[in-house]
Amino acid sequence: MAILVEIPPPLREAAGGNVHIQVTGTTVGEALTDLIRQHPALGTKLFDNGQLRPYINVFVNDEDIRYLEELQTPIQDGTTIALIPAVAGG
Amino acid sequence: MSHFVRGMFCRVCGKRYPISPINFCTEDFGPLEVDYDYDKLQGDLTRQTIATRAWNMWRYRELLPLEDEPRVGLAVGGTPLIRADRLAEALGVRRLWIKNDAVNYPTLSFKDRVVAVALSKAREFGMSTVGCASTGNLANSVAAQAAAAGLETFILVPADLERTKIFGTAVYGAKVIGLKGTYDEVNRVCTQIALKYGWGFVNVNLRPFYAEGSKTMGFEIAEELGWRFPQHVVCPMAGGALIGKIYKAFRELHLLGLVDAPLSTRMYGAQASGCNPISACVKVGRERHKPVKQPNTICKSLAIGDPADGYFAAKLIRETGGWADDATDEEIVEGMLLLARTEGIFAETAGGVTVAVARKLIEQGRIPRNEEIVLCITGNGLKTQDAVFDALESPPVIAPTLAAFEEFVGLRSSVVQPAPALA
Repeated sequence: MAILVEIPPPLREAAGGNVHIQVTGTTVGEALTDLIRQHPALGTKLFDNGQLRPYINVFVNDEDIRYLEELQTPIQDGTTIALIPAVAGG
Repeated sequence: MSHFVRGMFCRVCGKRYPISPINFCTEDFGPLEVDYDYDKLQGDLTRQTIATRAWNMWRYRELLPLEDEPRVGLAVGGTPLIRADRLAEALGVRRLWIKNDAVNYPTLSFKDRVVAVALSKAREFGMSTVGCASTGNLANSVAAQAAAAGLETFILVPADLERTKIFGTAVYGAKVIGLKGTYDEVNRVCTQIALKYGWGFVNVNLRPFYAEGSKTMGFEIAEELGWRFPQHVVCPMAGGALIGKIYKAFRELHLLGLVDAPLSTRMYGAQASGCNPISACVKVGRERHKPVKQPNTICKSLAIGDPADGYFAAKLIRETGGWADDATDEEIVEGMLLLARTEGIFAETAGGVTVAVARKLIEQGRIPRNEEIVLCITGNGLKTQDAVFDALESPPVIAPTLAAFEEFVGLRSSVVQPAPALA
């Protein structure tokens, strides 16, 4: 089992064309740090001055991390992290 | 049609994009906004030109983001602005107006405006399947207008929506799917579908165009006031886009010289207490709203826990010197009844929210009693009848005789009344 990050189509170019990327870490924050280590072009798209950008939502197994422990949310093998643009609805 | 659209830009970083079915910036995921060439528009759109056109939302077509003539929703908009003296008296204010989109065409809510633009745009993009995530009113409007335009529809809603709103969508032949979750969860699934399959979701990848349709409510308010701006506007907030687009409409009218007076309108936002991310954000002075995970209110049409335009709505309210507040379920029902019993307007729960919050803001002194106020009523009470059902007494049932009627209303049948003289 592994930790997978699902990359939405608009981010794939910066992620080497990948749909899924395998990462390591024990929290969402560590997983995203590892993601950016592998694909540095994703860094400024996801973070601004160390803060997750407000218009990208991060889901751990379909649960929004803002209702969990944000970037401190623990993860384990088998976890899927999805990055989903937030500007929709209403 | 508008030859004045220059493209789109990101509201966060300003990066420019050509017109296409995308709703966010690929650099920072900020929302995209349609950009018009206002210099080129100067003098091109005049009060006289507008006055020659039919009384519907397309009379302001230069300020809507279509390349060609509108193809869907040709009769949408043109709803009445009502002088509401009896409600004004009840609220203790001098001049009050109601912009009544509860009688919009074809599905009795302001969503008819945004859908007319979104589906016209979907046709321009050559899309044959459209969809939406909806709390009800949008579902009704997409289903009806897509049926009339011959488009296939997929409509995703929270499964616990009012039955009327689900039936009022299915009747048009739309594929309605109830998801066991909140609106925000429905919305996320729609985003994933739109990204994966490229279908036209009106409030996802067509959102920059869709949202522009809301401006027509603002254009109409100013025109109906005789090309003036009101001093105060109270607007319900779900995703938070409408309040911003009404203000954008005012700004555009001022920019183009259609309204001479400077724009100093204060914008006020209304939410339900059981789902109040934006009003809470304004009240506690936060820059960004905290999402509400599990909304709990009878006002399902405003039950968006994580509003896409929450940040911009709160910012606008602060910058215009307005305020925001929220109403409990009980206050919502009282607001609905007050509006119905003073002005003869049966609005849905969101209308109850708007009236109840306006009352609070007036009582708090945040809206002065002697200035001009417009309340935006966005949906029809016939769609949310369950909300007021318990607050109304069932009509009495009597025998079908004159005697029974006289006995019931307390008239004495033994007294012979003289017959009135015939004129």
